[in-house]
Amino acid sequence: MLRFILTRLSLIIPTFIGITLVAFFLIRLVPGDPIETMAGERGIDAARHEQLKKDFGLDRPLIVQYGYYIERVLHGDLGKSIVTRETVLNEFQSLFPATVELALCAIIFALLVGIPAGIIAAVRRNSIFDHGVMGISLTGYSMPIFWWGLILILLFSVQLGWTPVSGRIDVLYYIEPVTGFLLIDSWFSEDEGAFLSAVGHLILPTIVLGTQPLATIARMTRSAMLEVLGEDYIRTAKAKGLSRFRVIFLHALRNALIPVVTVIGLQIGVLFTGAILTETIFSWPGIGKWLIEAIFRRDYPVLQGGLLLVGAIVMSVNLLVDLTYGFINPRIRHNR
Amino acid sequence: MALLEIENLSVEFPTQGGIMRAVDGVSLKLEEGEVLGVVGESGSGKSVTMLALMGLVPFPGKVKADKLVFNGRNLLTMSDSERRKLTGKDVAMIFQEPTTSLNPCFTIGFQLAETLRLHEGMDRKAAHRRSIELLEQVGIPSAESRLSAYPHQLSGGMNQRVMIAMAIACNPKLLIADEPTTALDVTIQAQILDLLMNLQKERNMGLVMITHNMGVVAETAKRVMVMYAGQIMEERAAEDLFASPQHPYTAALLAALPERSEGGRLATIPGVVPGLYDRPKGCLFSPRCAYATDHSRNVRPELRPWAGGQIRCHYPLGDPSREANMKKDNPLGAEAAS
Repeated sequence: MLRFILTRLSLIIPTFIGITLVAFFLIRLVPGDPIETMAGERGIDAARHEQLKKDFGLDRPLIVQYGYYIERVLHGDLGKSIVTRETVLNEFQSLFPATVELALCAIIFALLVGIPAGIIAAVRRNSIFDHGVMGISLTGYSMPIFWWGLILILLFSVQLGWTPVSGRIDVLYYIEPVTGFLLIDSWFSEDEGAFLSAVGHLILPTIVLGTQPLATIARMTRSAMLEVLGEDYIRTAKAKGLSRFRVIFLHALRNALIPVVTVIGLQIGVLFTGAILTETIFSWPGIGKWLIEAIFRRDYPVLQGGLLLVGAIVMSVNLLVDLTYGFINPRIRHNR
Repeated sequence: MALLEIENLSVEFPTQGGIMRAVDGVSLKLEEGEVLGVVGESGSGKSVTMLALMGLVPFPGKVKADKLVFNGRNLLTMSDSERRKLTGKDVAMIFQEPTTSLNPCFTIGFQLAETLRLHEGMDRKAAHRRSIELLEQVGIPSAESRLSAYPHQLSGGMNQRVMIAMAIACNPKLLIADEPTTALDVTIQAQILDLLMNLQKERNMGLVMITHNMGVVAETAKRVMVMYAGQIMEERAAEDLFASPQHPYTAALLAALPERSEGGRLATIPGVVPGLYDRPKGCLFSPRCAYATDHSRNVRPELRPWAGGQIRCHYPLGDPSREANMKKDNPLGAEAAS
C-alpha cells in the first residue's frame, strides 16, 4: 500500500510541471495583454503601455518570465491578480466554497439518482424502465451543458417562475460568510427564508452540473450490476435462501460498486470543467466563473494559479478515491 | 413418503432460434438418506434439473412440471418467500467452482453466519460459535482464525469445504452437489468426496451427486441416473447399472472409461449432444447409437420401468427379444447391428 501511494505521489511532479507549462504558455498565445483589456475601448498610449508592461514584468522574454513564475510557485507564492491586486490564493479561498457547494450537490444528486436507476435498470433488464433509463442517460450524456442550462432556465425560471434565474441567494439577504458554504451559513443566520432561497438557487445549477455524471454513473452501475448478477456467488446467495433485496443490495451491489467508484473519481475532473460553464450560465460566483473572467481579462497570475490549484485538488481527490478501493475491494487490500 | 418427487419436469429457454429444451420430461424419486448419482455429458441438463428444484434457473428459463414435491410440500404452488425459507435450509446446494461461488467482498465468517442468522434466527455470538463448529466439522484447521479470511486467501479445496459447511449449516434433508470436485486437484478431490460421504452418513441426508465422472458415481451413489440431451436415459441401482448397463448410451459411457478399455485406444462415442437445430425426431441418442433402427430414428421412446429402474430405449441391451424386435423394425440394418 505504501509503495502504491509513493508511486502515485511521484506522478504528481510531472503532472504539475505540465499544468504550469500549459497554463503559462497557452494564455500568452491569446492575442492582447492585461493592460490592453484593462484600458478597454478608450485605448492607452504606447508609452504608458510600455511602462505598465515593465511594471508587471511582462516585457521580459517568455522563458525568463516562466522561470521567475516557477521560482515564486516553489516558494508558495502564486502572485497577485493584475486586475484586482488581490492575492490569487485569497481570491481562490473566498470563491472556492461556492464551487465545492455546487459540485458536492451535483455529485450527490448524480449518485442518489444514478445508482438506483442503474440498479433497477440492471435488475429489470430489457424492460421499458431499462430502455428508458438508458435512453435518457445517453441523451443526458450527450447534452451540451450550456444548452441544457438555458433550456432549464427558460422552462422553470422564465415560463413557470419556480426557480430563480441566477446567483447563489436572493439579493434581499446578506449572509456573513463564515464557512463560505451558503447552505450552512444561511441555515444558522437570523434571516427567515434565507436557507430556502439558497436551496432554490442551487436546484437548477445542481441538475445542470449533475446531469453528465448522473448519466455516466447510471450506465456504469447498470453494466457493473449486470456483470455481477451473472456471477457464481450471486447464485450461491440465492441458494442460501436470501431475500431478493439482500442479494441485490448487499451481495451484488458491494461488488458492482468497485468499478463505479473509479468512475465517480473521474467525475471530479468533469465537475470542474462543467462548473466553468454552469457557473457562467447561472452567474454562480465560483472558481469556474473566476477562471473564465481571468481569461477574458488576460489576468495571467489568476489563471496560472487557479489552474494549478484546481489541478492539485483534482489529483488529490483521485488519489483519495484510489485509496478507498482497498476498503471496498478486499482483494486489493491484501495484494499490496 | 419420498423426500423428493419430480414428475415430468422440463426447463425451456427461449432463444432467437426457437425454444431450447434444456430439461425434457424428467421424473425421479428420492428417499430420505439416499445417494443418487446423476451423470451425463456437458449440456445433458443434469445441473439445470437441480437448479430447477432449487428455484435457481437463470433468466429467462421457464420451469414446468406435473409434480415437484419436496418433503411433502408442493414447490409449484408455494410463494417465493416460502420457498426461500426452504432453500438453503432443508435443501442446499454446492457448486463446481468453489472460489467464484463465494462472494469476494465478504469474509468466510460473514457468509457462514448469514445463513445461520437467516434460517436459524441465531444472534451474532451464537452464529459465530456455530460457524467455528461447522468449519471444524468440514476439516478446516484453526477454524476460528479462518472466519476473518476472504475467499481469495484460501485454496480451492478449502473454499469447497467452506461451501460444504455453509450448505450443511442448517442440517438440510437434501444436499445437491453439482460437480463438487471437478475444479479441484485429484488428491483434494478424494478428500472432498470422503467428507461429503461421511457427512451424508452421519446426518442421513439425501445427496444428489451431479458429475460427469463415472468413477465418482461408482464410489458414492446407490442409484444412478444417466441423462442425455435433457432426458433420463437410464436410471437404476448403481451396482446393476455398472454390471449390466441396459441403455446403449450407458454402455458406451462405461466403455469409454480408461480402466475398462481393451487394447491401446480409448473407446469414444462419435458425434456430439444434439443442439437446438439438430434435435432428432425419434430417440435423441439415435444419431450416435450403434444400434439405431428406422423405428428408433422416427419414434421417440418413452421412459418406462425396466430391470428394477427406468429406461428410455426401444431395445434395452438385456431384453431377450431385442434382436427379434430390431430385425422386425429394420430388416436391412439388423445384420450390421448384430
